Amino acid sequence: MGKVKKSPWVLHYDGSSCNGCDIEVLACLTPVYDAERFGIINTGDPLQADIFLITGGINTQNKAVVQQLYDQMPRPKVVVAVGTCACTGGIFKECYNILGGADTTIPVDIYVPGCAARPQAIIDGLIQAIELFQKRSNKHDAIERRHKEEEGRKAHDKVSGE
Amino acid sequence: MGNISVVPFGPQHPVLPEPIHLDLVLEDEKVIEAVPSIGFVHRGLESLIVKKDYNEMVYVAERTCGICSFGHGMGYVEAVEKIMGVQIPDRARYLRTIWMELSRMHSHLLWLGLLADAFGYESLFYHCWRIREQILDMIEESTGGRVIFSVNKVGGVMKDMDAQMLGRFVEKLGDVEDQITGIRKNFLGDKTVQMRLRGVGVLTKQQAHDLGCAGPFGRASGIATDMRTRGYGAYSELEFEPIISNDGDSYARCQCRIDELFQSIDLIRQAASAIPAGDLFVPVKGNPDGEYFMRIEQPRGEAVYYVKGTGKPYLNRLRIRTPTFANLPGLCETLKGADYADVPILVLTIDPCISCTER
Repeated sequence: MGKVKKSPWVLHYDGSSCNGCDIEVLACLTPVYDAERFGIINTGDPLQADIFLITGGINTQNKAVVQQLYDQMPRPKVVVAVGTCACTGGIFKECYNILGGADTTIPVDIYVPGCAARPQAIIDGLIQAIELFQKRSNKHDAIERRHKEEEGRKAHDKVSGE
Repeated sequence: MGNISVVPFGPQHPVLPEPIHLDLVLEDEKVIEAVPSIGFVHRGLESLIVKKDYNEMVYVAERTCGICSFGHGMGYVEAVEKIMGVQIPDRARYLRTIWMELSRMHSHLLWLGLLADAFGYESLFYHCWRIREQILDMIEESTGGRVIFSVNKVGGVMKDMDAQMLGRFVEKLGDVEDQITGIRKNFLGDKTVQMRLRGVGVLTKQQAHDLGCAGPFGRASGIATDMRTRGYGAYSELEFEPIISNDGDSYARCQCRIDELFQSIDLIRQAASAIPAGDLFVPVKGNPDGEYFMRIEQPRGEAVYYVKGTGKPYLNRLRIRTPTFANLPGLCETLKGADYADVPILVLTIDPCISCTER
């Protein structure tokens, strides 16, 4: 992990997971694994979140909820699918109610395998997410800066033209 | 009469690790009605019996819920064994009991942490989870998995614990017991905690009985139901009494669960000293033909497994009724008349396990 300028906040949502991955995600945030040392913090508010941790597959009932949470998060954002169910649908793939992994509804950047995903694997996925987030926010900042410069130049031209 | 408003609670909510939706009808700050709607985690795993045979279904049953995973596997496997008339070795019964009690301890410690977080004690939350990690280490050492450790199979168990390992576990549980005694003081003796929990969400014995409450939620209201007294696994050979309280408030529920931690440590000690030598499993031939209701005590209460086979590898019917489903009517009753600020704590006091409930 290189130099990180921002402290991304994490939003966790249980898609249709069996809970195993959820309690491992929570275990990541508690003293033994302590993912907060990487500057992340767990938040319950999608409007303040940068990284979306989703566990479990998508079913017809929660599809709209997952989509809404994703849409509410500000850009740039990174999605991490934790556990086999979130990656592919897992053992429940053949169930009548499961549409598949998280990528059936929202674009997923990082896949963390495991049933249940181990805390070490989740932390590895989180670190990759932090790096990706850093890259995306750099790009985002550059675009915004260029945009501002252009605006400024236009305003300047307008003033000098008069 | 004050202003009536409806506030949605969930499915995504900071206090809930899992999605459940409640429509709270409020009159000013008081809840007058709570209407739950569930189904966000529904997978339909009972329907997998048409695609997976009864041996493969053990893994599916274990994934009903990640917290009480072992209990689900054990309930399903024992139901199939009863149908097929398999007598499993005594050592396997004791090993199952030890793992079941370790699961109960990690579940209760997890719940205590979440409760501490709900009333704003973040360091207590971390402390509970630190103690819980020691239990998970024991589970990992003996089975290889942390939360979902598939060691059950029809006919017995797949892994063993030798005498040295058991001795080490019992020794470590002594440490854990001291640490739990420490947090017991924080949970039950602290004045602020008492103000948040005492007299909040009272459910009388009669109400709890009428609404069919199960597990520690019912026991805190004075209903002495504990399926372990039925004597499955090795429980018939161990000595214990269901822990009950008569107050029926959130404080009593917290107290019941903390005391059950000590009970579990005691049960593991008894089982470790009485465990007989022998095989881990017996070979099983044929297919289940018949039906059986298996009732076991999960960390959250009584779970029922109905299994029906017709002599084919694929079962005819599997039905699981989980404790949280039984406790939801009780929750809606306790929410009536509660303050809006107490809702997160009340939702937590039934120890909701939504993925069990919706399967």
